Amino acid sequence: MSEEANIRPVTSVAGFYAIAYEMETDAVERYKVLADQMQTHNNSELVRIFLDLARAEGLHAEEIRRMAGDLGVESKSGPIGSWRSESPEAADLSAAHYLMTPRDALLMALAGEERAVAFYTGLAAAATDPAVRKLAEEFVAEETEHVELCHRLLQRYAPAGAERYEDPDPPLAGD
Amino acid sequence: MSATAPLTCKPGDYKSDIKPIWCPGCGDYHVLMALTRAFAALGLSPEQTVVVSGIGCSSRIPAYTSCYGFHGVHGRSLAVAAGLKIVRPDLTVVVTSGDGDGYSIGGNHFLHACRRNVDLTYVVMDNHIYGMTKGQPSPTTEPDFDTALTPGGTGVRPFNPLVVALASGANFVARAYSGNPHDTASLIVEAVRHPGFSFIEVLSPCVTYRPDQRAWKERVHSAPVSATDDSARAARRLMTDDGFNLGVLYRGNRLPYQPTAVAVTSDLAEFEKGFEI
Repeated sequence: MSEEANIRPVTSVAGFYAIAYEMETDAVERYKVLADQMQTHNNSELVRIFLDLARAEGLHAEEIRRMAGDLGVESKSGPIGSWRSESPEAADLSAAHYLMTPRDALLMALAGEERAVAFYTGLAAAATDPAVRKLAEEFVAEETEHVELCHRLLQRYAPAGAERYEDPDPPLAGD
Repeated sequence: MSATAPLTCKPGDYKSDIKPIWCPGCGDYHVLMALTRAFAALGLSPEQTVVVSGIGCSSRIPAYTSCYGFHGVHGRSLAVAAGLKIVRPDLTVVVTSGDGDGYSIGGNHFLHACRRNVDLTYVVMDNHIYGMTKGQPSPTTEPDFDTALTPGGTGVRPFNPLVVALASGANFVARAYSGNPHDTASLIVEAVRHPGFSFIEVLSPCVTYRPDQRAWKERVHSAPVSATDDSARAARRLMTDDGFNLGVLYRGNRLPYQPTAVAVTSDLAEFEKGFEI
């Protein structure tokens, strides 16, 4: 989903913080949208999960803002964003489904965290500024912790059987 | 586009407090996101921006924005929008529609809106189905789409909206994919800035009635050639493309429609004199 090649090379610490902040705030936005969707469909368990995920990403965003200090986190890309398709950590809204389970939600979060690890790994490898490389490596470690957290949370939810996705009153008029 | 000074609104400032009721996974969520990002990038004032729609899932968008909106009659959004833009050229007018609303019920208005070339941006969320009414085939549904409603498929050749738009005189023709909201936002920005009638077809999956459209994300790709202002060349490209080329496909240079200036009187007595026998 993400297209790292579409962002400009990160050549400064300020640029790094701006990109990292944008990624986190995009992730917050997507999780809030998903929480709203689940609210509309009266799935309170998933509302709670998506709001928890939004809160976690929001805390990370604030941590980045604090780290950036006077450098700020203003994106040079403006409201459209730095990526052509989607920022790496943003949940894939198109993967949502009205019958999705908590496990599906966590798998969605896991995929986002894995994309974030891949993004920062690539950024560290390409960085020419040692300070940017060091920061990128720190963020790889941070996002890797998030990946591990997702794996631990996933152990609470066994994979659902096919019957979980069977709707006794399916919307598809054609079947 | 209006000539107001750029604002510093954030995309969220263009969203209303009303939560969308689309199905989870619907591409229209991404289009709403792209639209608000585009408005923020353009620095539009919500009070100087109008979102007009007809009927259907995608036509719910005006309610979800903080701009002025008009949720109109089925298929008639372009007529409303053209009238509005002609009398209030200072406003930025964006029309949102779907393939049923825009190409079937509103098909005739589509042709003439392209022909008139009023300075509007028309965003059609195409999911090849009537989603709101439970999955009937639309003008862009594949002929072999087999359902209980259409056993064996309709057997009817689908409408090619981009070719029709071009042939009818649209001044800007583009295709986007909802799953690329940043790209879609960039195209909306370009369309609003381009003078005249700008048409963007957004492939926006209906995951409820067309779950097969989840695979669109693997099928879409950037157009291999840049936009042309040569309508004949654009027509050849559009007639032969695979339906998944994304980007600006035609950028014309026709001047937007300007209504003939007519003196307007607010004096009723003077107006009535014109009807004296």
